[in-house]
Amino acid sequence: MSGYSKPLPRLDDANAPFWKAAKAHELKLQKCADCSTLRFPATRHCASCGSAKSGWETVSGRGTIASWCRFHQVYFEGFAEDVPYTVIVVALEEGPRLFSNLIDPPEGEIEIGIPVVVYFDDVTPDVTLVKFKPAS
Amino acid sequence: MLNRSLSRKYAVAGIGNTRYGKLPDYDAYDLGVWALQEALDDAGLAVGDIDGLIVNRIADYQRFGEIIGLNPRYVTITPGQGRFSGHCIETAVAVLEAGLAETVALVYGNNGRSGGDRYGGASDLYGSGGAGMWFPYGMTSPGAFHALMAQRHMSLYGTTSDQMGLVAKTFRDHAALNPAAVMRETYTLEDYHRSRFIVEPLHLLDYCLINDGGVAMIITSAERARDMKAAPVHIAGFGMATELAGSTFPPDDFWYGAGAKVARDTYEMSGVSPPEMDGLMIYDNFTPTVLFCLEAFGYCPIGESGPWVEEGRLALGGTSPANTSGGHLSESYMQGWALNIEAVRQLRGQCDERQIESARHVQYMTLAPMVTSIIYGSEAV
Repeated sequence: MSGYSKPLPRLDDANAPFWKAAKAHELKLQKCADCSTLRFPATRHCASCGSAKSGWETVSGRGTIASWCRFHQVYFEGFAEDVPYTVIVVALEEGPRLFSNLIDPPEGEIEIGIPVVVYFDDVTPDVTLVKFKPAS
Repeated sequence: MLNRSLSRKYAVAGIGNTRYGKLPDYDAYDLGVWALQEALDDAGLAVGDIDGLIVNRIADYQRFGEIIGLNPRYVTITPGQGRFSGHCIETAVAVLEAGLAETVALVYGNNGRSGGDRYGGASDLYGSGGAGMWFPYGMTSPGAFHALMAQRHMSLYGTTSDQMGLVAKTFRDHAALNPAAVMRETYTLEDYHRSRFIVEPLHLLDYCLINDGGVAMIITSAERARDMKAAPVHIAGFGMATELAGSTFPPDDFWYGAGAKVARDTYEMSGVSPPEMDGLMIYDNFTPTVLFCLEAFGYCPIGESGPWVEEGRLALGGTSPANTSGGHLSESYMQGWALNIEAVRQLRGQCDERQIESARHVQYMTLAPMVTSIIYGSEAV
């Protein structure tokens, strides 16, 4: 390991497909096999129809910024060198949302609603985080 | 449809609280017992007069019953989330109405400060199923969740830091009049801006104060309460609604959907509405929640809470004096409980320097994935 000291995803049976896809630089969300509703974080049952049947579907990686904030407080030692760092809520084109980071955020205000595209950040040899950058 | 005939049928017969602050010699049970004893004394009751027990944040109801030597007919326990104070009070009314108990004690004990509770970082459990999923991005804490909501409100409606700062400063001014408040030193808006960012746009002074303390209430029928030591304060109206679906993420609507339902039910049952409210007790975990609450509960139009508070309305002497105790931001974060007993004290006229003149109705509000509100009235009809 390259001394990466930030928290890493905790893989479990439910979310492993998301992180495996990220490693392959693909953004996949869980999809209900009965009503086709996309969802994330992963759950056994679909919140729309209750079905326990699901698969994973690759989505566009396009979305907009629903909101953002900037951390000044160090809650994790691994982020001590990064503060202030930006956390965003991305509303994906397909509906579901993700908390993430914005790569190369502007200095000042970030406009809500601006389009972003997925950016796969290979933070360790084993782990890729799903981040976003402004769509050019 | 809520049963409107419940309006003023039940009343708060006793209230009690511990000191607030750093109380390392007390655990949550001790703080609960201390507060309960104060509430029983206030009502002129003994422990044995209680036949319903609702404990909140204290870890185990069984142990609490053992400690106070009580076998209540009805007992329940609720999680240590602040939104549960309003929930417990409404549950007490439902329990009384069902005949499961005649006199209910509600007991809250919180040793979060001495216990080293942290709301951000590895122990963060905020949100739906815990926040660990997002730690790799540095996302953690209820404060950040509310910072995201605040930023969105600022972008959509032009709400400013000055307006949030004014909420914080106003409640601090109130705390200066409350001997029980933990933070009583007043400050200016410049001081507010100089306080460090925790999660921008929120400053340190936008955050509530984690402390140790306990609060208890005794709720019974208005009829029974009339024979007790303290003047009854009536539960005139209440309501509850939730937005749990999709609640991992900040709601785009600032919980207005659930808030509007609760506002409607609470105003309908009580027969009073914002213009008639003499005081407000707003769940101020963070300053922006106060703004969202004012909008959700119809005190001002959606998006206009910023300019509305700038008119000085929330201050004592304003049109809608709010959190006269100093609230969570300056008295102590007692997760809604201390705001509810402040409402009772205002209606009893026990607030000395911070008393709202001839207060008859005070509204408590929590805006969260579970929204509750309670309107208290000093009069029986």
